[in-house]
Amino acid sequence: MALPSYTETRYRIWHYFYIAICTFVFFFLIAPLFVIFPLSFNAEEFLVFSEGMKRLDPEAFSFRWYHEMVYGTKNPWGLAAKNSFIIAIFATIGSIILGTLAALGLSSRHMPYKGLIMAVLISPMIVPLIISGVAIFFFMAKVGLAATHTGIVMAHIILGTPFVVITVTATLSGFDHSVTRAASSLGSNPFNTFMKITLPLILPGVISGGLFAFVTSFDEVVVVLFLAGLENTTIPVQMWTGLREQLSPTILAVATCLIILSTLILVTAELLRRRSERLRGINR
Amino acid sequence: MSSETKQILTTDGIPLEVSLKKAEKKNKIKAFLLVAPLLIFLFITYVFPIGEMFTRSVDDKMITNMLPKTFKAMEKWDGKELPSEEVFAGFYSDYKVLIENQTQGKLGQRLNKEKNGFNSITKKLMRQIKRNKIDESQSIKEQIMKVHKRWRDVEYWQAIKRTAPPYTMAKYLKGMDMYFAADGSIAQVDEDRRIHRILWLRTLEIALFVTIFCFLMGYPIAHLLATLPMKYSNLLMICVLLPFWTSLLVRTASWMILLQQQGVVNDFFVMIGLVADDNRPEMMYNKVGTYVAMTQILLPFMVLPLYSVMKTISPSLMRAGKSLGGTPFVAFWKVYFPLTIPGIGAGCLLVFILAIGYYITPALVGGASGTLISNQIAYHMKTTLDWSFASAMGLMLLSGVLVIYWIYNKLVGVDNIKLG
Repeated sequence: MALPSYTETRYRIWHYFYIAICTFVFFFLIAPLFVIFPLSFNAEEFLVFSEGMKRLDPEAFSFRWYHEMVYGTKNPWGLAAKNSFIIAIFATIGSIILGTLAALGLSSRHMPYKGLIMAVLISPMIVPLIISGVAIFFFMAKVGLAATHTGIVMAHIILGTPFVVITVTATLSGFDHSVTRAASSLGSNPFNTFMKITLPLILPGVISGGLFAFVTSFDEVVVVLFLAGLENTTIPVQMWTGLREQLSPTILAVATCLIILSTLILVTAELLRRRSERLRGINR
Repeated sequence: MSSETKQILTTDGIPLEVSLKKAEKKNKIKAFLLVAPLLIFLFITYVFPIGEMFTRSVDDKMITNMLPKTFKAMEKWDGKELPSEEVFAGFYSDYKVLIENQTQGKLGQRLNKEKNGFNSITKKLMRQIKRNKIDESQSIKEQIMKVHKRWRDVEYWQAIKRTAPPYTMAKYLKGMDMYFAADGSIAQVDEDRRIHRILWLRTLEIALFVTIFCFLMGYPIAHLLATLPMKYSNLLMICVLLPFWTSLLVRTASWMILLQQQGVVNDFFVMIGLVADDNRPEMMYNKVGTYVAMTQILLPFMVLPLYSVMKTISPSLMRAGKSLGGTPFVAFWKVYFPLTIPGIGAGCLLVFILAIGYYITPALVGGASGTLISNQIAYHMKTTLDWSFASAMGLMLLSGVLVIYWIYNKLVGVDNIKLG
């Protein structure tokens, strides 16, 4: 963003002001995540930087809380992590299947009431989670699925499908339908056409929608708080109780792990998005 | 098609028009069948349960079912003076059934909510009935009236009558700090007890200001991202996307650490001499905490739609504006800004919708003065167990959200939501 040499002084000042604002906003966005890293290695029990840490004294840092997270007695993180992964994986699979099918139907130009149906399918993303939580809780309690993994997985499928629908519909918007017609005219049945032609082409959209569904489920706490019993506790639920009750640095160790996980997911999602754009011939 | 022209036939001898319509219909059904599994799943597990929240919120059948004979007899009562013997007799026999089923306590509690003082007089009546003090061959009206002087008070019978309809809007009125007065009209709760209206206004205020803050912070960086060369903007984009993908609880936790009294932000303020070390401001457990944390958390939802709109604006437009004599400010205001309005609309509506229903962050960093309507709903679901009131408040919030969603859908289209 170099300025041309003829720029007047007042615009020059304005320009640096603008850069300063942007720097501040980027800092505001990203810095809070980084405060967690050093504090999770705190040797002490408080959630503030100790004098030792400010002096970068190696004694002040330790893996104590990571050790506590993994081996600590009566700590809930093992069970929570197991539950979180199981629930998120099944919810992702369910969301992908239902969402992709729906997106295929919605992208067909023959689909009646497209706008209305789309609005209904996306609504779980828009409706405040607390309302979704109440409604889903009433349903699950009635059919006897409250406090079960199945109930939570179903709830997360509800919340995850909008993301799959959105990403897959977006991928399909650049989709050339003549290739599927070509496959059919060459004698392929619809199932084979889907598996061999359509799916590979929309796969980046499906996977990135799946990643969204995974993260949504993995991070979701409001609905789980309504549905979960002690047996179904998840990482976010444990973090929620931890943040409300006993603030222990173990939470920061867990949070650090979660940030690393989300970085990995972000990188995957970005790579997929670029691949998808390349495949569809969109150059930006 | 005019009748004179010969109809075009397919090879099977069917008119082309019919054949095409048939194919069209087949395609329609095919498309619909693909959507059907998700649609049915959502309707059963999500849309109907939300509808059920409505029946739950207006449901008031409990007393209707408990006192069938009383209400039958009350149909003829004008509600001005003490009801007739018939009503008393109906109430007596209904109440006796309740005592036999041991559910009379619920009636007392429910009526007590309608009018204070019912709990004790129903209990007193119960003891009399249990001791067989009521002689059914005599006037029951006289005997009940002797049990306690409140049974002689017409206001208590009016209160019973008010509970007769199986449906009530009382919970919705309560959500707006109003109630049905004794004469059936709608009255305002005393000034000092209007807690819900404050919450609604605060929710709107916080959602509005968070949207404004997000806009003010999101617009410059979206502009920077859209105008920088690809290799720099991709790197900076990570600053937007990483928080977007990071757990909400992690981000809230980091704000709790930053904003606490001995936290980094306060340390910094002390260091630059803005505040005294012994006078560190409270930045968490109040509105400040809610504003700061929610703005940072929702900012990506503003930046992404803005960025995707700004990306499509050709830089030559600004150059043209400037070459035609506009100063950079004029060129920006007259050319660039109007073109970004769709992105502004999309971002602001999305942030506002998300902010208005926020729960987790206000609950953790908001304290008492920073909580929103969602927190009140959760409180009634979990603590007071007044599920019908929680449902009513939820639906009031939902109707507001749906209006904005509808506008969003008209202006932006739901299928244009940007997800990175």
